[in-house]
Amino acid sequence: MLTLMKPLTSFTIEMLHFLGGIGYLTRDIFRELFKSRIYWRLLIEQIYQVGMRSAPLIVVTAVSVGMVMSLQFGLGLEKFGGKMYVPKLLAVTILREMGPMFTSLMLAARVGAGIASEIGSMVVTQQIDAIRALGTSPIRKIVLPRVLACLIALPILCAVTNIVANAGGLIIGAVELKLDPGFYLLKVLSTSNVSDYLSGFGKTFFFALFIAIPACYFGLNVKNGTKEVGIATTKAVVVSSILILVGDFFISKVFWMVEKLL
Amino acid sequence: MKHKEQQPEQPTEAPQSYIEVIDFHKSFGEKKVHDGVSFYVRKGECLGLIGGSGTGKSVLLRTLVGLEKPDQGKVMVDGIDIGPMNERQLIDIRKKVAYAFQGGALFDSMTVYENLAYPLREHFQLSEKEISDQILSQLEEFGLDSGTHRLFPGSLSGGMQKRVGLARAMMMHPEVVLYDEPTAGLDPYNTKKIQESILKLKAKGVTSILVTHDMPTVYAVCDKVALLQNGRISEQYTIDKLKQEPSGAMTEFINGESA
Ligand SMILES: Nc1ncnc2c1ncn2[C@@H]1O[C@H](COP(=O)(O)OP(=O)(O)OP(=O)(O)O)[C@@H](O)[C@H]1O
Ligand SMILES: [Mg+2]
Repeated sequence: MLTLMKPLTSFTIEMLHFLGGIGYLTRDIFRELFKSRIYWRLLIEQIYQVGMRSAPLIVVTAVSVGMVMSLQFGLGLEKFGGKMYVPKLLAVTILREMGPMFTSLMLAARVGAGIASEIGSMVVTQQIDAIRALGTSPIRKIVLPRVLACLIALPILCAVTNIVANAGGLIIGAVELKLDPGFYLLKVLSTSNVSDYLSGFGKTFFFALFIAIPACYFGLNVKNGTKEVGIATTKAVVVSSILILVGDFFISKVFWMVEKLL
Repeated sequence: MKHKEQQPEQPTEAPQSYIEVIDFHKSFGEKKVHDGVSFYVRKGECLGLIGGSGTGKSVLLRTLVGLEKPDQGKVMVDGIDIGPMNERQLIDIRKKVAYAFQGGALFDSMTVYENLAYPLREHFQLSEKEISDQILSQLEEFGLDSGTHRLFPGSLSGGMQKRVGLARAMMMHPEVVLYDEPTAGLDPYNTKKIQESILKLKAKGVTSILVTHDMPTVYAVCDKVALLQNGRISEQYTIDKLKQEPSGAMTEFINGESA
């Protein structure tokens, strides 16, 4: 019993530390956001890093996801003669769930890891201290541009995913399922509506915060040397992914209730 | 811990002190590094701070720019206790007090030029021409040839990084400079150049604390010397006195007879 208690208490303590730290960091981010000027040059640099440089990865992921889902839906529905429902099903699933989800998970892996290791290395080499000692704020100089870049880039990348994944679905629909491409496109456009799109789009803002804030937090909290940079990077990716997966359910639920009200 | 608070807070001997540390305590976890450090530096003075490796000299300097918080005691800069200040309030202190990091702490994603421009761009409204003039003259001051400004810190030698770090710390024309082993790893020629820069700033009225193991530099630039031992200032002398009466713990430390 006692042997079980020890890791459990230390886990609880670490968890509380994490929650407290994330809370403080989020508060500081919003304070800096509204109180002081934004470094546009740094922001644009980060949008390029986060957005443009992730685009190839996102496109490859999206095509693959679209194609494989189209194939699976097609095979499944063919037995019941429901092949023509593939476009609608696929479009709605991608717009509402798979698009934002896959985009965010890929970004958590690529960008979250990058942010955590970069900031962690800056801590180890005392560059974060130097930013402070020179009378400037690491939150404003380092954290804020990265958070804002994720908030701007993720929704755009998600839109790219939506288009590319549906295109992937269309290709398989035409080649493998022998659906007419014109029919497929028409079905996609006529059956999916704005609320499908907005439901997925709205989530990406939350997911962007789930990626950027833990990554910055774990990076800034590196203490003793380069080994911890690796640990911080791993933690950032794991925590972001969990937040995205678990958060998705709750956010979907809330959006669903809102949609019903409207 | 409590009883210490009843000690007199303001030593009467330091009327015009610019920097004053009073009964400073600092621990990292179980490890007690400072156990009641007190000293002061008057405006325009240079204090040499010596002590064994790991006695907490760097931590002390870091505390003086607010990078570390004291567990107990006061850290006064220009009459203000900076201990309880938050990051926002500390910005004004950090514009006055420059800390030259032991390892340089240069931004490795920026060129030397951008490193030196950083404090200028942040705190002054200057034209690009003015910035570049200041940077080039600063590089010359620290014995770095003019091509250096295009390089990234990664391609500089350790000694060069150190000098760029010093140059960056001094870009803002600070009132106080905290030097953390500025001459460690430098050749005699550059050591002399650093000494000259420190003396030049001193002549302009800059207050400074010099942490070093390099006694010739202490003799060349400091007005007084303090020895940090076992978490306290164990001895303090003016340079003249140290030159005249070689005895006591400080002499033993300097001669390598004790740690
Ligand atoms: N962030 C920290 N966490 C834990 N311990 C620390 C931290 N910073 C410093 N220490 C400890 O405090 C002590 C003093 O460190 P400091 O760097 O001030 O030594 P120093 O006197 O500057 O030594 P040197 O002459 O080698 O530079 C060391 O034992 C170090 O292990
Ligand atoms: Mg040191």
